[in-house]
Amino acid sequence: MSFKHLTHLDTLESEAIHIIREVAAECKNPVLLFSGGKDSIVMLRLAQKAFLPGKIPFPLMHIDTEHNFPEVIEFRDRRVNELEARLIVRSVQKSIDTGRVIEKPGQSRNTLQTTTLLDAIEEFRFDACFGGARRDEEKARAKERIFSFRDEFGQWDPRNQRPELWDLYNTRVHPGEHMRVFPISNWTELDIWQYILNEQLEVPSLYYAHERDVIERNGALLPVSHLVIPKPGETPRRMTVRFRTVGDMSCTCPVISEARDANDIILETAMTRITERGATRMDDKTSDTSMELRKKEGYF
Amino acid sequence: MNACNTPPLDSMELLRFSTAGSVDDGKSTLIGRLLYDAKSIFEDTLESIAHTTSKRGQNGLDLALLTDGLQAEREQGITIDVAYRYFATPRRKFIIADTPGHEQYTRNMVTGASTSDLAIILIDARKGPLIQSRRHAYLSSLLGIHHLILAVNKMDTVNYSSDRFHDIRKEFEPFLKKLGVPHLYFIPMSALHGDMVVERGDNLDWYKGPTLLELLETVPVNPVAARVPGRLPVQLVCRPQSGEYPDFRGYMGRIESGMFKPGDPVTILPSGRQTRIRHIYLGEKELSEAIAPQSIQVTLDDEIDISRGDLIASNENTLPNPIREFDAMICWFSEAPLDRRRKYLIKHANRTVKAIIERIGYTVDINTLEQKHEQTIQVNDIAHIHLKVLQPIMAEPYRDNRKLGAFILIDESTNLTVAGGMIEKA
Repeated sequence: MSFKHLTHLDTLESEAIHIIREVAAECKNPVLLFSGGKDSIVMLRLAQKAFLPGKIPFPLMHIDTEHNFPEVIEFRDRRVNELEARLIVRSVQKSIDTGRVIEKPGQSRNTLQTTTLLDAIEEFRFDACFGGARRDEEKARAKERIFSFRDEFGQWDPRNQRPELWDLYNTRVHPGEHMRVFPISNWTELDIWQYILNEQLEVPSLYYAHERDVIERNGALLPVSHLVIPKPGETPRRMTVRFRTVGDMSCTCPVISEARDANDIILETAMTRITERGATRMDDKTSDTSMELRKKEGYF
Repeated sequence: MNACNTPPLDSMELLRFSTAGSVDDGKSTLIGRLLYDAKSIFEDTLESIAHTTSKRGQNGLDLALLTDGLQAEREQGITIDVAYRYFATPRRKFIIADTPGHEQYTRNMVTGASTSDLAIILIDARKGPLIQSRRHAYLSSLLGIHHLILAVNKMDTVNYSSDRFHDIRKEFEPFLKKLGVPHLYFIPMSALHGDMVVERGDNLDWYKGPTLLELLETVPVNPVAARVPGRLPVQLVCRPQSGEYPDFRGYMGRIESGMFKPGDPVTILPSGRQTRIRHIYLGEKELSEAIAPQSIQVTLDDEIDISRGDLIASNENTLPNPIREFDAMICWFSEAPLDRRRKYLIKHANRTVKAIIERIGYTVDINTLEQKHEQTIQVNDIAHIHLKVLQPIMAEPYRDNRKLGAFILIDESTNLTVAGGMIEKA
């Protein structure tokens, strides 16, 4: 008797669907964080597959820095409409305007999202937030559980995580506390692109090679926009680039690339010698522990 | 990763394995070597390691720095919690659960071992098997890991002596055989110099067996789960009640063992009602068969009252009995000892019910395997207990079915996961 074997992507997909369904079964008020980036696109597809022929039984939420690439926001809204899903948008700009957070000059808005996110969780009383974080992204994330408990202040305590055995997830929280849930914890950047290819998923155009004006600053390329204005001595150059992550326009760096479709990107990703965050996020270079510190405070 | 490591899209399998030990066993160096030689470390990560190494006044690359994630771990030079790492070769994708070795973090080691198909236990060639090696071997066997690799590391420090390797093997084998792990492999290696990890090296010519990576690439992945009878615990019921699907009633869940095909006769437990699988769906697709561990949705021939926590079981073999009491081995995780006045919840295969710990049989000294008779159970204890549950659960012994034999205990008032358990007799 021979047995069919599942591929690694089948196994990862199955694990993610199981996690998503578990939240739907046990949590009272979950929400899926959706930014229009590739990881959250995969998350949304997994949620769709988990519940077909039914609809996704929870809303989506975007913590909008208003420093987003316009292509991403256009894509976000179109995808939400296609799925007939409900999208909640909460704005970091509003948190700044109302004095909840103070924006320092030269600082990216990635860190500021924490307050807006925690305020929104409190406003809607969400008890579970799906995130698209992956353990291969960063060393603090590599330590985090799939169901990651947050106390009433939204904080993560890395030294005191709940043991997480087999696929028996403890989803229980008291009022005011919540869970961050990471169904694609075990996926790598390459897995994400293979899944995008297999499932023929559309992603915002800036993931693929395109012409763009960029400047070089602190050893990295930055896209010229209303947020990145060339300083004296910096000359914009037109280059063929693509983005490996899409985030705050003021600190998300493109890479030089000719990859024009998912297949090209898979080849490029398999050969690349730089991590996704190292290549593209200036704010993660601040220190050895910047992600750990941010996560403790309640970041994604 | 380089070009020749580009994995073929649809043929790779996934192997999950755990490594247990402390930084001083050379565990971090071994993982670092595996990732480094398999070309899975990125340049900016290497740069940051080189930077930290030189900041500490050391030379070269301390590969051990790769595996410690938290600030506290880097400060203390120990592993506290499981870290997950990923690499791929053209044949397989691997998930490493890198677990701590110290006794006080046993619960984190157990977390990592619970999802692993294989475990690597490091032995320092100079020291031979230590109490800690026995503990790791015991916990791995308790968690039902079928493949145990004994990596006899630091062979360079004993002149790559085959006598030393065989002495260690002779010393450790009787203990391991007693544990009943089906597949044992001893490999001599030097993670520091890279002998027998990915490359064979020139120093261990007398060893004719596979390198560590060859073994990781070839051990069968999860063959047991596919051979046991079909079990599908119901996770959610799908009733869209939409215009398009007015009467659709699907049962969602993850196949925990075996396989299902449309037309298969099945029994619904605990009710005992009989029916057949009509359709199997994954997203938009209809499947002609589905196997563990796929998350799927099935429809059935008859309209039966089924809810979350019920079990769809294929009729080909004996059915699990709905049981209300059983013996189990548990690992206690909570700093607060077992308190019989407290209410605990048991979560088992999508069912969460109240549980009472009726008797403590014994606790196991995890270093010597001696049984002790204790009145209570403390943090990191392994104990044999007798449990009663308020509603029946559909269980099978853990050694036959890892998924239907496993449970966790949750403290109802604190919501903490206080124990993980393995059912002995169902």
